[in-house]
Amino acid sequence: MTITVYISQDTTAVAVGAERVATAFVQAALNAELNYTLVRNGSRGAFGLEPLIEIEMGAQGRLAFGPVSVADVPSLVTAITDGGYERHSNYLGPVSTIPWLENQTRITFKRCGEGAPTDLANYRALGGYRGLEHALTLSPQAIVDEIKVSGLRGRGGAAFPTGIKWQTVLDAQGEQKYIVCNADEGDSGTFADRLLMEADPYQLIEGMTISGLAVGATKGFIYLRSEYPRAQKMLERAIDVAIAEGYLGADLCGSGQRFELEVRMGAGSYICGEETALLNSLEGKRGVVRAKPPLPALEGLFGKPTAVNNVLTLASVSSILADGGAEYARHGLDRSKGTMPLQLAGNIQRGGLIEVPFGVSLNKVINEWGGGTRSGRPVRAVQVGGPLGAYLSSDQLDVPLTYEALAELGGMLGHGGIVVFDDTVDMAKQAHFAMDFCAKESCGKCTPCRIGAVRGREVLDRVVDSTASSNDLILLCDLCETMEQASLCAMGGLTPLPVKSAMDNFPEDFGVTDNQYEVAV
Amino acid sequence: MLSKHSLTVKAMKASLEKTVEQTAAKHAASQGGLLPCLHEIQAKLGYIPNAHLENIATAFSLSTAEVHGVVSFYHDLRTSPSAPQSIQICCAEACQASGSRELEAGVAGVLGVEFDETHPTHNYRLERVYCLGNCACGPSIRINDDVYGRVDLESLPQLVTEAVQL
Repeated sequence: MTITVYISQDTTAVAVGAERVATAFVQAALNAELNYTLVRNGSRGAFGLEPLIEIEMGAQGRLAFGPVSVADVPSLVTAITDGGYERHSNYLGPVSTIPWLENQTRITFKRCGEGAPTDLANYRALGGYRGLEHALTLSPQAIVDEIKVSGLRGRGGAAFPTGIKWQTVLDAQGEQKYIVCNADEGDSGTFADRLLMEADPYQLIEGMTISGLAVGATKGFIYLRSEYPRAQKMLERAIDVAIAEGYLGADLCGSGQRFELEVRMGAGSYICGEETALLNSLEGKRGVVRAKPPLPALEGLFGKPTAVNNVLTLASVSSILADGGAEYARHGLDRSKGTMPLQLAGNIQRGGLIEVPFGVSLNKVINEWGGGTRSGRPVRAVQVGGPLGAYLSSDQLDVPLTYEALAELGGMLGHGGIVVFDDTVDMAKQAHFAMDFCAKESCGKCTPCRIGAVRGREVLDRVVDSTASSNDLILLCDLCETMEQASLCAMGGLTPLPVKSAMDNFPEDFGVTDNQYEVAV
Repeated sequence: MLSKHSLTVKAMKASLEKTVEQTAAKHAASQGGLLPCLHEIQAKLGYIPNAHLENIATAFSLSTAEVHGVVSFYHDLRTSPSAPQSIQICCAEACQASGSRELEAGVAGVLGVEFDETHPTHNYRLERVYCLGNCACGPSIRINDDVYGRVDLESLPQLVTEAVQL
């Protein structure tokens, strides 16, 4: 009987011990004279179960064991060699029946965790590169039309319709155009880009290649944050293989079409996740935000027409071209089409990646998938959409997760990050952190953000110290309004969102009576 | 003795300059090559020597001020020598929600080094970082290139002992 063992090499899996578990497995298997093949796959994103060991034996399919500790390994190996693995304390059943995974609709993340991330033959066997093969038979306009039919909107946070952006780049005049992938996933509470790049890098490469064909760009850059060294290694290895196999380069699959791709590393600047700052950084400049217009679609990288898209947006393109835009648009709610990879994080029992159609309630995600807080205490606040997203209170958790419903609550879905806090959180400190972070990371180009964040932090210093007056809160509200209205980009414009939602939803943490608060707002 | 010492310093300076110049020449022709160039210089030398920003500027046809502007913008880039190893504590929201505020407040006491300083006897620098992408299993720290999850003040010293090379 052939036995294949899968242990993930994903950052989070390794962070909770997958490397030590793999070493222990190799040793225990040697002692037990077990004959097997070890595959270091990406993660499926069920991080509550990592380190997860999957074992494929004969006709039984892949069986899951997790979370496995080093101490569990010898008995696990014995259970495999001698039988009785069903009774092992880590046994979870077949991978396909794990509730966390079973209840998801995986499109973009369907291959994650299936095999070795840079194994191109495996990627192809699982349906990879069907999208590119289809795209190579289409005109650029037909590819853009397919994206329009899918209803795909930018997954980076701004949710701009991808088809419209690509149409602008396609229609723009220019000898040289570029595709830029924004892989500067700096929002705390988000890791979907990282997970995908580490588990299924070819999907991103394929999506970028298709986007190049769609808009007429022959060169692409992936701008990756320096905090993701594993993703860098994986992408660079995958790009080398893709070049060697003719999926990148001067003659894509023998079609005569060209697309080249390069990974460029960021240098620890949060603002470089903003597309125009990112373009400046790619050009080798300070990561300072540019005024729009001109749109990057018309004057982007090195002044040329450029499509800047998030990792998940570009990855989605592969399946849209493989299975059709209409198929993708079948999922979702209202104008939020397709699936959204949510990332459940913070104080949570079972965190990880949940790809579901838009419209699932926040409550369901936190309690059914997440199993409530890790501390076992009640949920008090949930920040949705990254550091620039609103803090929702526990009575707002029925909200369906769509762009529109979050906007109605005064929040945003952003990149899909969900950070859960229990009742020990001090919301004034969270508001203070939002201003402090903005002050640290502001590019300095516009005054409301550069100065406003510093003044905001000073006011909140007094709130945290309980020395604030009601005038301070009036000042803070004014300041927030100025930043919202007058900042050049989303950083200054949205930093007030966590601050004001914390004040609105948790006024008791700001040390003022209701009366003072009403005066303030 | 003195003359021998100054000779060595001179030789070291020349070698720094050579490394900077060679690296700059390698990247100068590539589009937007300045940031990759600065990364490579820092990877080789541990920092980007202020004295040689001019060499970089010349290679890229920029002013020294422009190169300085880029170097000073990015948190990752340094202009003074630093310990070869680093410990980064994630201080962003998802880790705050799972206990990083306690870690941040107590780490100096436990490890015997302040933030943004080099440990007096061990060869690492302690830094804050804002998100390592390990948000489902925080609090997270990074020691050199490895990320560790669910770290607290109790488990930290052992991790550091195992991962940091003396």
